[in-house]
Amino acid sequence: MTEKQRKVQAGNIARRYAAEKRFRLYGVAALTVTTAFLAVLLVDIVWRSLPAYLQYNAVMTVTVDASKIDPAKPAAGDFEGVVKAAWREQLPSVESRADRRLLNSLLSNAGGSELRRQVLADPSLIGKEVSVPVMLSDDADLYLKGVVTGVARATGDGPLQIRAEGENYFLSGRGIDPGAIVLAAGGAFKIAPEGSSAPAEVIAAPGPAAEVPAGQWQLLSFDTPETGRKIGDRQAVWLEMLRDKNVFERQVAWNFFLNGDSREAEQAGILGSIVGSLMVVFVTVALSLPVGVAAAIYLEEFAPKNRLTELIEVNINNLAAVPSIIFGLLGLAVFLSFFGMPRSVPLVGGLVIALMSLPTIIIASRAAVRAVPPSIREAALGIGASHQQAVFHHVLPLAMPGIMTGTILALASAIGETAPLLLIGMVAFIVDIPSGFLDSATVLPVQIYLWSDLPEKAFEARTAAAIVVLLVIMMVLNALAIYLRKRFERRW
Amino acid sequence: MNAPATFKAIVTPASPRIMAERQPKIVARDVDVFYGDKHAIKKLSIDIPDRAVSAFIGPSGCGKSTFLRAINRMNDTIPSCRVAGNITVDGRDIYDRDIDVVQLRANVGMVFQKPNPFPKSIFENVAYGPRIHGLAGNKTDLEEIVVSSLKKAGLFEEVKDRLQHPGTGLSGGQQQRLCIARAIAVNPEVILMDEPCSALDPIATARIEELIDELRQNYCIVIVTHSMQQAARVSQLTAFFHLGTLVEFGDTDEVFTAPQEKRTQDYITGRFG
Repeated sequence: MTEKQRKVQAGNIARRYAAEKRFRLYGVAALTVTTAFLAVLLVDIVWRSLPAYLQYNAVMTVTVDASKIDPAKPAAGDFEGVVKAAWREQLPSVESRADRRLLNSLLSNAGGSELRRQVLADPSLIGKEVSVPVMLSDDADLYLKGVVTGVARATGDGPLQIRAEGENYFLSGRGIDPGAIVLAAGGAFKIAPEGSSAPAEVIAAPGPAAEVPAGQWQLLSFDTPETGRKIGDRQAVWLEMLRDKNVFERQVAWNFFLNGDSREAEQAGILGSIVGSLMVVFVTVALSLPVGVAAAIYLEEFAPKNRLTELIEVNINNLAAVPSIIFGLLGLAVFLSFFGMPRSVPLVGGLVIALMSLPTIIIASRAAVRAVPPSIREAALGIGASHQQAVFHHVLPLAMPGIMTGTILALASAIGETAPLLLIGMVAFIVDIPSGFLDSATVLPVQIYLWSDLPEKAFEARTAAAIVVLLVIMMVLNALAIYLRKRFERRW
Repeated sequence: MNAPATFKAIVTPASPRIMAERQPKIVARDVDVFYGDKHAIKKLSIDIPDRAVSAFIGPSGCGKSTFLRAINRMNDTIPSCRVAGNITVDGRDIYDRDIDVVQLRANVGMVFQKPNPFPKSIFENVAYGPRIHGLAGNKTDLEEIVVSSLKKAGLFEEVKDRLQHPGTGLSGGQQQRLCIARAIAVNPEVILMDEPCSALDPIATARIEELIDELRQNYCIVIVTHSMQQAARVSQLTAFFHLGTLVEFGDTDEVFTAPQEKRTQDYITGRFG
C-alpha cells in the first residue's frame, strides 16, 4: 500500500465512523421525538379525562315517604320527588317557584337512582330515613370541580353593615362594589349594578343582623360573567352554601363505567359501547382467525401454483390497502341490503371488520408459515407423516407466534375502527347495553366520535375518558395476545 | 470439468461380490429424474443389497442426493420434479399407483443432512412416528418403542434422565442420533442417510459411523457422503455418481483400491471433484 492509498484509507475510515455516528444520532433523535409526542398525547388525554372519573354527589338524609313510594309497588315510586324534597329542605330559604325550579335543576334528573336501587333491594326502608348520595347535574358537578369557571371566596375585610328596610337590604363595607356577591349572616346578596341605588338582590334570606364583624362575611367572585356560565349567580351561591354545610362528597362516578349512553352527561356511560366493542371483536376474531389461517395454509402449502392462485394472491394483497370505509359500503350493500340483516348490530359490525382484517391476517400468516424451515416439513414427511399431518402437527405450531402477531395487529386496528361501522348504522344513539349479537349497539370509537360532537362541557371529559378506556382495552387485548403468543412459543 | 459425452454410463449394474450372497433390497432400472428441464439422473440402474451399507459418492450436483430422495419419493414435494423408470423395494414398484407414499416413507426412513429434530421433547420426537402410524397400542408400548429406538440409536444412556427436555437442546451429534432413533421408531427396513455427518464434528461423526455399522445388521442402509474416508470406513458397497450417471458400483474395498473406471480413479485420488 502506498503512502497515498494509506491516507485515502484513513480518510475513508474517519468518514465511515462519522456516518455511523450521525446515523445513531438520527435514531436517538427520532426516538426522542416520537416518545415526546406520545407522552404529550397520553398526558393530555389522561389530564382531560380526569373530571370524568369522580363526581360530586349530594349526600343527604332522605325520608322515604310511603305516600310517594307505594310499598306494594316500590318500582313505580316517585323517587325523584322524594329526593328533590330532601334537596329543598337543605335550603329552606329558597321559596319562590322560579328559584325552586333553578334549585331543582342542580340535581340530575336521575338523582334518585341510588335511592331507588337501595329501596328496591330492601323494601323495608320505606317509611324510614336513609342517607343516600344523590347525583348532581353535570353543570353543578363541573361547577363544584371548578372546571367551568374559577370561583374565588375572599373573607371580608372590616365590618359589614346590613340595613334592612322591609324586604329590601342595603349593604355597605369594604369591597362592597356594584355587582359583588356577598355571603353573610346565613344569607346571600347580590349588590345592585353600578349607577343604581337599588337595594341588594337577596339570593338567600339572611338571619337578623345589622352588623357583621370582620372575618365573618365573604365576597364571592367568578372568572366568567354570569351570562357566560351555565350556573347562574343564584345557583352558584346555593352550591357554595351547601358546600359550606358539607353536603357534597366526591365519589367514584360509577355511572360512567356502568351506564349506557345518555343525553344527560352525568348519566352517560361507556359500558354499552364497551360491550358492543367486545362483541364486535369477538365476532371478528371468531370469523377472521380461522378463515384467515386456513386460507393462508391452503395458499402456502396446498394450493397449486397457477394463474388463478397468483391472481388470488395479488387481490388479497390489494385488499389489505383498501380504505376501511369501502368495507363499510360493502357491508351495507351485502349484509344489510342483500341479506337483510338488522342495522346497528355487533354481528354485522363484526362481519364487516372481519372482512377488513382478513387480508392482514392472511398475509401475516402466510409469511409465518413460509418462515418455518423446510427441514421440519421434511422431517415429518420422512417418517411417513401425510402432508396435512406435517402441516398441522409441525408447521402450524411453529408458525403460530407469527400468526398471532399478525392477528394482534389486525385486531388492534379493528378495535379502533370507526368508518365502516358508521355505514352499517352503529352510529345510532343507543342507551341500552346490548345483551346479544343481534341487539343494537355501538362501539367505543364511535361513542368517542359521538360524544366529541356534543356541546356540553361535561362530555369533553367523558370523551377523553372513553379514549383512555379504549386505549386500556387495546392494551389489555394486546397483552393477552402477547401472553398467548408467548405460550405458543414455549412449545419450542 | 467438461462432460465428455463419450463416457459410457453403466446401463446394466455391475454385480458386486456381496450380491452373490443376498437378495437385492432396492432395484432401480433406467431411472430418469428431471427438475423441470434439467435432466438430473440419466438412465440409472442399480441393485442395492439388504443388511449392508451402500455409499453414494461423487462430486456435488452429480445426482446422488436426488436419487436417494427418489427411493422414498421425497422428490414428490418438489413440484417441478418428475421421475421416470422403475424403482422397486422388496419387489414392489414404489411409483405404482397402489403404493401409498405415507406407507412407503414409513418403510423407507430418511435421515437428513442437517439434524432436524422437531421442536418438541426428546420423547415426543421419537414417539411421533409410531403414534401417527398407530404402531403402539397403549402408552406402555409407546414408551417401550421410544426406549428401544433410543437404545438402538445409542442415545438412550445420554438422555434417559431428560426425555421430556426439548430435542433441540441436544448437541448436533446427539440431535442427529435422535433423528436416527426417530427414523428407526417406525420400524423401517431401509434407512436413507443424506450426508448425515456433514454438519458434525469428527467425534460426533465417529459416533454416528459406529452406529451405522451396528444398524447394518438389521437394516438396508444407503448413505450419501462427500467424505471418501467415511465411505471407505462405513460402507460395504460404494457407488460413484458423476453428472447424473452411475459410473461405478462395487464392493467398497475394490472401488477404492482397484476402480474399474478412470473417472472413479480420478475422483477418489482427488484429481477432480
